[in-house]
Amino acid sequence: MSGFLGLLARDLRLALRRRADASLAVLFFVLAAAMFPFGVGPEPNLLARMAPGVIWVTALLAVLLSLERLFLADYEDGSLELMVLAPQPLEMTVLAKALAHWLTTGLPLIAAAPILALLYNMDPAGLPMLILAMALGTPSLSLIGAVGAALTLGARRGGVLIPLLVLPLNIPVLIFGVAALDAALAGLNPMPHIMFLGALFLGSLVLAPVAGAAALRQAME
Amino acid sequence: MSMFQGHELTCIRGQRRVFAGLDFTVPAGGALILLGPNGSGKSSLLRLMAGLGRPAAGQLSWAGTPIAEDPEAHRVRLRYAGHLDCVKAVLSVRENLSFWAGQYGAAEAEAVNRGLKAFALESLADMPGQILSAGQKHRLALARLAASPGELWLLDEPTVGLDSAAQLRLTAAIAAHRETGGCVVAATHTPLDLPGAQSVNLSPYAEAARAAEARESAEPAW
Repeated sequence: MSGFLGLLARDLRLALRRRADASLAVLFFVLAAAMFPFGVGPEPNLLARMAPGVIWVTALLAVLLSLERLFLADYEDGSLELMVLAPQPLEMTVLAKALAHWLTTGLPLIAAAPILALLYNMDPAGLPMLILAMALGTPSLSLIGAVGAALTLGARRGGVLIPLLVLPLNIPVLIFGVAALDAALAGLNPMPHIMFLGALFLGSLVLAPVAGAAALRQAME
Repeated sequence: MSMFQGHELTCIRGQRRVFAGLDFTVPAGGALILLGPNGSGKSSLLRLMAGLGRPAAGQLSWAGTPIAEDPEAHRVRLRYAGHLDCVKAVLSVRENLSFWAGQYGAAEAEAVNRGLKAFALESLADMPGQILSAGQKHRLALARLAASPGELWLLDEPTVGLDSAAQLRLTAAIAAHRETGGCVVAATHTPLDLPGAQSVNLSPYAEAARAAEARESAEPAW
């Protein structure tokens, strides 16, 4: 456990010292979402209708943007090799890295999402549901993304490969994340969708560390 | 008594056989020096010993137990220093070292200070990793070994970039490690002053692998 906390603390400290890197994802999120009104026009009802989908899709892309560095920096300076050889199970290492990624990427996205929702003229009554859905959905994005990042280590142009691997796997999170918010805005019961988001999170919490560890071992040989 | 042992090891990297039929033994408190020209498989052998990849044939064992049967125990005893120094540019020397000591269960300040002292890094302790020279980074990588005790040290070219004072510190650290019954395997081109060390030259095994490959490719495929 001390190895897990040590790694988490180190990754958070690294992110804090390199704030410019860490803030890229959330800046991209806000900017990309702000582009849509220029494309489709400023009609308030249309924007309000689009808000859930735009917020989720751009959040997903912002997470993708930050995934490449998840293991690459440690791979390049040899740290990953030592982590594979360290006494701590590699699955815990993957979990710690994914948790650090969520804290530095997912959490800022959740904080920025309500601002975007208001920019899009979304009904403020939907804000708690937006935050709840993102809080349940973004950890899955980090976990699934960690598997993709581990699989592409050592591949040339790995950064381009990650979206191809990860985007299809993120579709369920996108569907239920948007559906929960749409249901809440329409006054329907969002709980079934929230349950599915929770299930996806729990499933990836179990499977992603195992798959990511296997991919890392493969990359080290 | 032999502590760390390899029997009939064959290593294949990519499609190429690097060496074949290699035996070695390291007694408790012993040292083994790997010699051989570039490309003869010294680093590949160290990686096999560490457990990064499995031998294509043959077996590694520790105190008579095959390592493949208990890889967790092998990771606990293993300290590996490869070509890369694993130094984070934005962390200080102390932060870098205490992170790795913590990964090996020795996060307390005393262990970190021991590592810093063994390679004369105390005066640099609060400097960020990015201002270190190549030799200083390498000393920091070696300080990991001194900070957290482990029975088996695997060193890949440990003297690269070290000045003569640091080389003396390295041999002193190795001697202290061997006194407690630890084993050392080092691949090196420069002579390392390790009393009573055995050495193994990898080039005959590399040639044996090449000869075996040539024989196989000469045989008709059908």
